[in-house]
Amino acid sequence: MVGDVAIRVEGLVKRYGAVTALDGVGFEVRRGELFGLIGPDGAGKTTLFRLLATLLTPDAGRAEVDGCDIVREARAIRSRVGYMPGRFSLYADLSVEENLAFFAALFGVSVRDNYGLIEPIYRQLEPFRTRRAGKLSGGMKQKLALCCALIHRPSVLLLDEPTTGVDPVSRSEFWEMLARLRSEGISILVATPYMDEAQRCDRVALCDRGRLLAVETPDGVVASFDGVLYALSGREMFGLLAAARAEAGVEACYPFGAVHHLRVAREFDPERFRRRLLAEGFHEVGIRRVEPGIEDVFIKRMEHE
Amino acid sequence: MKRVGFWAFVRKESLHILRDPRTMLIVLGIPVVQLLLFGFALSTEVNNLDFSVAAPHRSEAVRQLVERIAANDCFTFRGYVDPQQIDRELRRGRADVVVVFADDFDRRMADGISAGGGEAGGCVDDGRAAVQLVFDASNPNMAAAGAGYLQRLLCAGNAPGAEVEMHLLYNPRMKSAYNFVPGIMGLLFILICSIMTSVSIVREKESGTMEVLLVSPVRPVGIVFAKMIPYFLLSCVDLAVILLLARYVLGVPLSGSVAGVVAISILYLLLALALGLFISTIADRQATALVISAMLMLLPVIMLSGMIFPVENMPGVLQALSCAIPARWYIEAVRKLMIQALPFSAVVREFGILLAMTVALVAVALHKFNDKLE
Repeated sequence: MVGDVAIRVEGLVKRYGAVTALDGVGFEVRRGELFGLIGPDGAGKTTLFRLLATLLTPDAGRAEVDGCDIVREARAIRSRVGYMPGRFSLYADLSVEENLAFFAALFGVSVRDNYGLIEPIYRQLEPFRTRRAGKLSGGMKQKLALCCALIHRPSVLLLDEPTTGVDPVSRSEFWEMLARLRSEGISILVATPYMDEAQRCDRVALCDRGRLLAVETPDGVVASFDGVLYALSGREMFGLLAAARAEAGVEACYPFGAVHHLRVAREFDPERFRRRLLAEGFHEVGIRRVEPGIEDVFIKRMEHE
Repeated sequence: MKRVGFWAFVRKESLHILRDPRTMLIVLGIPVVQLLLFGFALSTEVNNLDFSVAAPHRSEAVRQLVERIAANDCFTFRGYVDPQQIDRELRRGRADVVVVFADDFDRRMADGISAGGGEAGGCVDDGRAAVQLVFDASNPNMAAAGAGYLQRLLCAGNAPGAEVEMHLLYNPRMKSAYNFVPGIMGLLFILICSIMTSVSIVREKESGTMEVLLVSPVRPVGIVFAKMIPYFLLSCVDLAVILLLARYVLGVPLSGSVAGVVAISILYLLLALALGLFISTIADRQATALVISAMLMLLPVIMLSGMIFPVENMPGVLQALSCAIPARWYIEAVRKLMIQALPFSAVVREFGILLAMTVALVAVALHKFNDKLE
């Protein structure tokens, strides 16, 4: 029974010599779901993708993609998944349309067959049809790669960090496309190191060092944060980091964009802390309460591991 | 469906080659350059030797002999010099050889003839020579070859009774092109087929495209053969170019069966492609593939195949080692077919060995080239 599960992973283990890249990972991606894998480099995301794409053989555990076992039915999986590896993996010396035509032919379809599926994406590439893929911008490259991964209308999309190194506008556009594909019924497993992108997923799995820390909806992940969070800013950011870490009521302090996030104990008094910082010679110190994001949860969970 | 994917692959691979000027230059330029280099510049033939003459008396006999030498294409007459100037002449590089006539040359010639012995011309051998050749032997090969040639010239036409008569079969003018062309073919096809295919397969591993290719319904065997086809066709073009150049520019006779040469060359091409495939299964980086190709193939081919150094002169260990080198068998076979004009049946052994090597290599390479990343 295929059922309504697109990807099922149970106790998957993968070792490279002495290094354990995946250490008993298990989760399920439902049909038509946009599922995000969030985690830092080295968390085992790429290994998981390669296992699901049948490029690697697991050392233990099992996994099914679209109802097919990744070991026994590898060949069946290969025509059903669209796989986009982390690195730009098109032919830089072929033009946009040549790349697309090649990948279509590779899967035994013509570009016409599934043009409807890729049309919203490909329309943006159309003006650069004859340009070599290597000469496209980062965002355009990823859109082309997505088109190539979609051209045979796969039922499951495996996207390994598709937006790494892409500008924010293109990233946003890319995610809109993923949302559109999900509405076409395609199940998507996507890895990203960007926490803001996690918000756009139906559910996310937080992973670190080969293990899953949590599998939740983005809101659920945020709701699971049971602490108080402040954002600290000022002119001497580096000095503030050290000062905050030395403060008694502060459980954790880490740089977060332009500010520092402070996870604090209940009894922490922000106003008193601010005044003392000013007295110690810091300038323009500001401290305010903020809502936690996925990244805050992630950092907290990683500490607890 | 599969078939469509396969030909799209071949087309894609051809585009890669056509779009990369460096590849085209290597594949089509190197054969021509190498062939012409080895054929003309790097020859061991004796050509264009400059000679001067030191003769105390420029008698009729001396002049006749000098004219005879000067008439030969290999020697250029530089003029008469004073016997005291011989050393200077050679040192300044005005001449490669100075022909010195004895002061009683005429008398000794006359004595020789009237004595009725077999000796005449310059070949008087009574303990005191009538002619001395002073060579600049800083290039020993050239000096030795030139001396031999000059000696024969001086003796020629005098019908000596008990002289050894040399008969150089298959390559009467000792042209080095005859020797080098088969060797270069053995080298070039390894260079083009093995290096180019291995690098192009490894490039896909390096750029990450191999990952996508493997996750397609096209089987690894298909991927591999699709890669080989354009390179195979290019090599066939090279084969044609080399044969034409060898025949019409270098004057290699190609006296035997051209079909035989082509047949064994095509087998050798396939072997080289399989070798490239094999290398690509070991190497993960283009640079590694290049180094392996160069270390594993180019050097042994040059050193051990008999291309430059005759296999028969090698120590036993190296001779045994050379048996494992495909180029050795190929070069041997091509020499037999092309230069000696033997029938194809004469190279059945070489053909069999090459065939066995090809089959073994393809089997090993395909076994190693699986559809996983590990």
